[in-house]
Parts: sequence; C-alpha cells; structure tokens
Amino acid sequence: MATPDGLLSEALEAIKDSNDEKSLELLRVHYTGKKGAVTAQLKALGQLPPEERPAAGERINVVKRQIDSAITERKEALVERSLNAKLEAEKLDITLPGRRQSQGGLHPISLTIDRIAAIFAGSGYEVAEGPEIEDDYHNFEALNIPAHHPARAMHDTFYIDPATVLRTHTSPVQVRVMEGGKPPFKMICPGRVYRCDSDLTHTPMFHQVEGLLIDEDVSFADLKGTVIEFLRAYFEADLPVRFRPSYFPFTEPSAEVDMGCVACNGEGCRICSHTGWLEVMGCGMVHPRVLEMSNIDPATHNGFAFGMGVERLAMLRYGVGDLRTYFENDLRFLQQFN
Amino acid sequence: MIFSENWLREFVDPDMTTEQLVETLTMAGLEVDSVSPAASQFSGIVVGRVDDVQPHPDADKLSVCAVSDGESVYQVVCGAPNVRAGLLIPFAKVGAVLEGGEKPFKIKAAKLRGVESNGMLCSAEELGMAESSDGLLELPQTLTLGEDIRSALQLDDQLVELDLTPNRGDCLGMIGLAREVGVLSKSAVKAIDYPVVPVTSDRTVAVATEAPDACPKYLGRVIEGVDLSVGSPLWLQERLRRSGVRSIDPVVDVTNLMLLELGHPMHAFDADKLEGTVSARMARDGEKLTLLDGKEVELEPSTLLIADDAQALAMAGVMGGLSSSVTNDTRSIFLECAFFAPISIAGKARSYGMHTDASHRYERGVDFSLQESAIERATALLLEIVGGKAGPVSAAYGRVPDAIEVELNFANVERLLGIKVAAEECLSILSGLGFELLNSNSECALFKVPTFRFDCSIEADLIEEIARVFGYNNMPETPSMSRDQLSKFSESVLPMAALKGRLVAEGFQEAINYSFIEPALASLICPEPKLVELQNPISKEMSVMRPSILPGLLSTLAYNLNRQRDRVRIFEAGLVFDRQESEITQIRKIAGLMYGAQKPESWADKNTAVDFFDAKGVVESVMDLGRGSAAYQFCASTHTAMHPGQCAEIKLEGRVVGVVGVLHPRLQRHFGFPQTVVLFEIESEALLRHDIPAAEPLSRYPEVSRDLAIVVESTVEAGGIVECIRANAGDQLVALKVFDVYEGESVGEGKKSIALGLTWQDASRTLGDDEISGIIANCIKALAADFNAELRV
Repeated sequence: MATPDGLLSEALEAIKDSNDEKSLELLRVHYTGKKGAVTAQLKALGQLPPEERPAAGERINVVKRQIDSAITERKEALVERSLNAKLEAEKLDITLPGRRQSQGGLHPISLTIDRIAAIFAGSGYEVAEGPEIEDDYHNFEALNIPAHHPARAMHDTFYIDPATVLRTHTSPVQVRVMEGGKPPFKMICPGRVYRCDSDLTHTPMFHQVEGLLIDEDVSFADLKGTVIEFLRAYFEADLPVRFRPSYFPFTEPSAEVDMGCVACNGEGCRICSHTGWLEVMGCGMVHPRVLEMSNIDPATHNGFAFGMGVERLAMLRYGVGDLRTYFENDLRFLQQFN
Repeated sequence: MIFSENWLREFVDPDMTTEQLVETLTMAGLEVDSVSPAASQFSGIVVGRVDDVQPHPDADKLSVCAVSDGESVYQVVCGAPNVRAGLLIPFAKVGAVLEGGEKPFKIKAAKLRGVESNGMLCSAEELGMAESSDGLLELPQTLTLGEDIRSALQLDDQLVELDLTPNRGDCLGMIGLAREVGVLSKSAVKAIDYPVVPVTSDRTVAVATEAPDACPKYLGRVIEGVDLSVGSPLWLQERLRRSGVRSIDPVVDVTNLMLLELGHPMHAFDADKLEGTVSARMARDGEKLTLLDGKEVELEPSTLLIADDAQALAMAGVMGGLSSSVTNDTRSIFLECAFFAPISIAGKARSYGMHTDASHRYERGVDFSLQESAIERATALLLEIVGGKAGPVSAAYGRVPDAIEVELNFANVERLLGIKVAAEECLSILSGLGFELLNSNSECALFKVPTFRFDCSIEADLIEEIARVFGYNNMPETPSMSRDQLSKFSESVLPMAALKGRLVAEGFQEAINYSFIEPALASLICPEPKLVELQNPISKEMSVMRPSILPGLLSTLAYNLNRQRDRVRIFEAGLVFDRQESEITQIRKIAGLMYGAQKPESWADKNTAVDFFDAKGVVESVMDLGRGSAAYQFCASTHTAMHPGQCAEIKLEGRVVGVVGVLHPRLQRHFGFPQTVVLFEIESEALLRHDIPAAEPLSRYPEVSRDLAIVVESTVEAGGIVECIRANAGDQLVALKVFDVYEGESVGEGKKSIALGLTWQDASRTLGDDEISGIIANCIKALAADFNAELRV
C-alpha cells in the first residue's frame, strides 16, 4: 500500500494533468471518494498500533484536504479557462448596425402645427377643429363678409354648390366655437384650407392656424403682446416685429404682422424681397358684428384673433424652398424631418 | 393702383423723401408694392426743334435734319418715319448718355452712310417712357427750346404701386390719397377746383332712374361739336401712363383722368347714337348687350343697365356698350356721371368674368356727393381739349343715401387699444380724414361720416382710424395673458399625437395629400361612392373630394417607387367626404400603407415581405393604446379595393369603423406595383377613446395552463373557435392564445389544426386538476358541436 505522501504526490500530479471537469471528478472518486485510495487508508487506520493512529490519521486527513482543495482549485481554473474560451469565441463585431424597425416621422406641417399648439397650450389655449366643407354662413356671412363683398374676390373660393364651399380659412371654426359656448374663449384652430389658386407660390390646399381669445377688456395691446411673444417663442430669437394696418372683414382694427427676416437678420435678402421684413400673419380685434352674430355682447366682451400660414412658418423655420414639395410626399424630403 | 409721386405732390407736398413717403403709406395700411422711375436714367437730352428735313443721299429710310436747341443748329441723321419740320422732339446732343439699355450709351458725332450726324432724336421708348415706339416722341409746342427734357417733362418722378385693401375705395383717386397723406404727414392739402362750365348749347338728353336704390343719382350732359382728331395732349397721356392707364382717345382719356384724380368713373356715349330717354334700369330677361371690348353678354336680371328707348347701352358701372361708343367720327358726346350703389355693382363684373377700373371703384364705393361737381370738372377739361359746346346737365335722382352719424366714446378708444389717446388728438385725426364733428363733450363726440367712406359706420371703425394714424407701432404691448385656470384634459380621450407616435415608432412616415383627387381614382378605390364634386376645380385630376385617404396613399406609393424606394410605410390623417342621402358627411380618418420588407434590409435578419398580418398587427398595436384590441372585432369582409380573401372590416360596438386588407391584385397590377400592398383605414374617433384604468387586486394563487389542439375544416375561422372557448372556459380564464395553425398531410386534406394555450387563475383558491379537466371537456364538447372539431391526437 502506498504511503499517504506517495498518494498525495501522485494525486497532485494527476490533478495537474487533468484537462476537464469529468476527469477531475474521476480523480476525486479515485482518491477521496467513498471507495477511494485515501479513504481506504483511513479505513485501514485500525490496523495500526493505537499509539500511531492519531498521527497517521491526522496525516491522512491533511492529505485528503490537500487533494480536495487541489481538485476544487483545478476545477475553478478549468471553468474559468473554458469561460474565457467561450467569451473569446462569442466576441461580436459591435460596429454592425443594430436590429430595429425603420424610423418613421411626422410631416413638417404636423411638426409645425404641434409646435404652435404646444407654445399656446402653455398659456391655456385649447385646440379646436371643424369641418372643411363649410356653409356660406360660417365661412363668410358670420365673419362679416356678406355676398358680393369685395373681400370675397380675395378668397378664390372652391364651391361644392352655391351655398357650400371648401373653407377658405380656419376662421369658421372660431364662429362654431363661439356659437356653441360662453366666453371666455381661448383657442387655436389648425387645419387645411382651400383656395382656387395654383402656381409657384400658391397651392390649392394649405394649412392655417387661427387663434382666438375672447374675454372681458381685451385690448389691441394684449394682441400685440401675444403675437410678439409667440413669434419670438416659435423662432427662438429676439426678432423685431411690426404691425401694419390692414383689412379683414372680421377684425377691426386689423393688422398685418411683419417680423425681421430670419434669413438675413433684417439686412435684406432674396427671401424677404430685400425689405428686411417678412409678412408672417394677419390679426386684429374681433369685429363687433362678428361677436353679435355669435351671440356675444360686444359691450361686455371683446377679443382678438390672429391667423398664420403653416407652410410659410415651416418654410422659414426649416428652410424649405419650394411650397409644392410639402404635398409631393417624396420620402427623401419627408425623412429629413425625422 | 399706380400713382405718380409728382402728381401727388401737386396736392400735398410733405417734407419727406420718396422712401419716407412709401414707408408712411405702408405703415398706415396703404401697402406699397413697388416703386419704379417714370423714365430711364439719361442726361444731356434737351428740347429740340426740327427746322429742316432733307432725304439722305444714300439711304431711303434716313433723313438729314437740321435741329435747333435754341442756340445752335445741328445736322442730325434720323430714321424715324414721323420726322418733319416744325416738330419739337427730345434731342440727345453729342455727349448725352442714355442708360436705358444693358450698358450706358454715349452719343458721339458720327457719320451715317457718309453723312455727318451730331446727336440723336429720341423716341419715348429710348427714354424709358414706353414699352415700344414707332417714331419720335412729339413734344408740345409750348416747351422751351434747349430745356433739359427731364425738367421739361418732369421725368424725375416715381411711379408708386399701391396694393389697397377693399375697404379703402376712397384712396382709389388722387384726392383721397392726398387727404390721407395730409393727415399722416400733418401737411396742408390743396383743394381741388371745380369750375362751373357756362352752358352754351341747349341740346339735352332726358335721363331717368328706374332703379332708385341701385342708381340713386344719374347725371348727364351733351357736349356737341367735339373734335377727337386732335388727340390727347402729352401731359394727359403722361399722367395716364404714369398711372398705368393706356391713352385711347381724348374723351376716354379725360374720363379716365377723372377716375384717377377724383376716384370717380365716368362714361361718354356718342350722343347721336342715342334714342329717347337714357335711364338706369335692371336688365330684362334674356336681354343682350355687346360690350366695348366686342364681347356679347346675355344679361342677368340682377344686372343694372343704362338703356335708352331702343336698347341696352351699357352695363352700369362696369363697361359701356359698343353700339353707343365714342369713335373718331363722333361729333357730339353724352357724358355720364352717376352714383351706383356698391351693393348693386359688387360682384357683377366678376359674375361676367370681367374686372374694370370702373367696377373696381363702384363696388368699393364712390363719393355720392361728388357727381354735380365732378361732371363740371370733366366738362371743362373736355372743352379745353376737344372743343365743343356744353349743354345743361340733366339729372335724375333716386334714393340718395343719408350721411351716417357715429358716436365716439373716448373711453372705448382706451378699452380697445390699450392706450389713452387724448380727445383732441382723436378729433384732429378724424377731422383730417374728413369726418365732420357735429358735437362733443368730455366723454364723447358725434361725427358725420364723409360720403366717400363706405367702410365706416360704427364706433370701432372710427377707433381703427385713430389707431391707424396714431401708428400701430406707437401703441403698447402687454405680455400675453397667462393661464388663468388649470388645464382640463380628459383621460378618456387618447391624444392624436400618441396615435401618430405609435405609427411613427412602427416606421411609418406621415404624408399629406390634397383632399381633392381624380374621379377615376376615387371610383377605382371606392365603389359607387356618392362623391362630392367641386364646381370649379383647378383641374380634372383634382375635382372630387376624397372619399378615402387610401387613393392618396397609393399615389404616394407610386410616386416613391418611381424614385427607387422599395420599402414604404406611410400614413395620413384627415377628413374624407361623401354624400349620405343629400347630406355631405365629413369623417376624420387615419389610414396607412405598408409595402416591401417587414424590416429595413439588414445583415442580421432574413427579411420577408409584409402581408395582411403586418397591417393587422399595426392596427392592433394602435388599438392597444386606447381601448385595447379586444374591444374591436375583425370580420372577414370584401371591399372593392381589397383582396377578397385577405380583407377584414373592423367593428366597434357592432358598427363598422374601418378596414384592413391587402390591395386587390387587380389594382396592384393596375398601379404596376411589383409586390403586395397592405392597407388600413379607420375612423380616428374609434381609436381615440381610452378607458380609464380600473385596477383589481392580484391573485395570490397559482395559474394553471393547458394546451389544446383541435382539428377542424380549413374554412373554420380561428376567431370563432376563440369565442367559443371563451364562452365555455369559465370566468377564471385569464389568457387565451392561438399559438399554432397547421395544415398538412398529418391532419388530412381540407383540414387544419389549431393549437391554443389556455390559462386560468382564481382570486381566492387554487384550481384543481379535475376542475380544469372538466372545463376542457366542456370546451371540446362545445367545439365539436359548433365546429365539428376533433381533438388532435
């Protein structure tokens, strides 16, 4: 029978040579298992003289522990080695693109409307929508544009029948909201509008955002403040803004709003026709007759309205050069806004 | 309207440069569109006289002229057909520079066909005073020889084009514009003079108005013995030219000058072509009139006419007729000066497809106090130019409008404008604009609105005038009114932005197409729709309102496939239109289109083309944002645009709210799409509802799951099987999924197997095996009864 130390050196050699967990397990069984060689020596202790037993037992236990710990150590080393090999084998080319759905996006007109709505929402303006096929009353009459009014010639109206039109502006939505409720009103109405006009600078359909505020004691100064604040918020710039008297049948006083050209900072360029100013919206104090027609007493309530062309704002903001590209829906154009 | 700055300055001459004047007008609401010089730049051109004309020895078309500048005589070779001795012409002396062309042109002494020429005689075109000329510009004999032509003809003048808003008809004449400039610049305005012409003839034409409201004033007079062959003097031609009006003949030119100066249209008839009384009346049914421009129109009974006893003579306030028109041979004219009510003229010209300078002014309003004096001013000028003798004025009166009185409350000025404007300033602005102060106290003032301001009838109109003259940019601005209440938004409404955001996350690009489409495309997609047609479309291709968003998306797909895209996902939201009964319906919908691979081309995945279930999946994911897809039913259906076996209508609470399907292969071929197109279109309203969550306690007991595979005829729909199981699997069923569908030999011809996973859970106890087996047995029994289903073994 081998000595414990002989077993130890033999086992350590074998453990060192072992290259997988399975052979290590076999070595464990062979040496320290129930029927293993070291275990057999423990069992054989009884054959020794009693005075030698404690020392011999002690020695065999040390050998057993050393073999077990060598096996554990070797096992851990092997696990680590195979993990490292596995990790090495699993290395990816992380420069390859990720797995995903393609990126969609909103139309620049929607982006612009959403942005306008968000700016006004901060001050409590709600969004209202209305029909696009309108009756003559809401599109014209209720806005103080009776039949044969010269202003009708400015509108290039599409007709469905003599009393039904494609709305030429989003102002009829104001009328519908005012008719159906009680002041105060604070809202914006975005949407499609239609004019029978098609050339380089006009498309027969375009988008407007109309704003309306009706309350007690609203003044032209409030209108000016709101419009200036909006334009500066929208363009994120401290732009000069000026108001020019104009004429809309549904507001009085009426104004066109010019702002300093965003392309040349007012120096004068092609975009502003070398004037340094860009006409960006129309506005005014709601005409007393419009209030009366919507059952609002002009003696107690008044307010202002403003309207702007969404395509134009988007053009100025995003540098779109050609109006018609908005409705061609070329994906290469649309994807620039994603 | 175009006006000459020099002419304006004859009435009011503010201490302003042209630029300042233009800025002042624009900022007062009279928007200046453009400013251009009355003549091109040149120097060294003087008034010359042709003293002698001899033929050129070597050229038929050239003449050798002796030209005097008052000091010396020069030999000049000239090719103009109208050159003749005695003529006064613009004479460019040697050293003169013309800058009209591409580069400055300096006049030098030269030999023309061997004959020395010292200078050039000029046409209007060469001076930049006309688009084209066919001879020398003939100058009036009153000019001084040798005077610089720029000062002699006042060519240092600017032509200003105004874009006037429809309310400012009063500024469509020089006197109105001058009044405005006077107030804006606080300058004195010269009053125009209205001489009374002595009557030297007793010839009259009787006048009448049979339309007392449409034509409240009709004035006319005969001028006999006129001579139109004299032509219009240069000053008159120039005045018209600088106002953008073409010179026709002296009579028309004078009436046009009145239109430009007073803003008052007038008309002249050939008095010898009139029969009996000239009256204003409404057109008779079927009555016809050949207009000055040669166009014959059939008149509507709502059209106001000028007629004599025999026939219609003119469309009142719009255009004269051909038969009574003034010609070169006319010896006597009948001059009309009338007030037609704006409402009777408005829209008339447009309804006949016309627009004239007269109708433009009458429909905006012509001063109704002006006719008596305007006719005198026109007569005086006519007599001066074409001679003749004036008869007495005949006048017919209907119901002349009353002057309007408006009260201005000074407190309301501040209320509306947000600034206190001193009462004196209000009074001064309004009186400068012609408003007559009737009386006033410290709180308010009563004004009579001038007869030329058709846009002022209420207090707000007066306040607008004050604001305009005070200057919008001199008024304060207050910060926007801040939120005065917390925002109210309903949790039971899904925001549209969330819905669109979901589609964007699924790779969809938003498109915006025109709402009007081609009828053929509309009917291809939508069966016999009661289409809403436009009466006046831009073109046939844009003539019906879209009954669906899908045609637009298909066009967008075609457009992009033509530009080398091979994978397209697009959506659009908006109204669609049709007629139900006689009512037009407008419903907001959202529609999508998918084409090409399921995912963008990638190294990582095998990529298959989209099919029905990709579209249905997108629709379900959108539904899950709101009420959850379980609230909707997908029912096999047919649709003209869709594949008959791959189309579902979507129902919510029993009502059809949308459709999802594969484009019909016939249409796919029609459009030339190489691959399958899948589409959906749903009423937005049906998707934008959101249930407010109602939380329930979680069960502490385990879930029990069982799989169930059954074999049925291949035509049986999984949806029915699922419904049947739901009805029989008890209240504790918490999940039910179809996880496999198989057709093949092992289940037999014409059969399919459907495998389902069922999960139960009870809130208060653990479910026993026996109990679950019992439920399953019930389900199998029901499936056998309803669908002839067998358990797959």
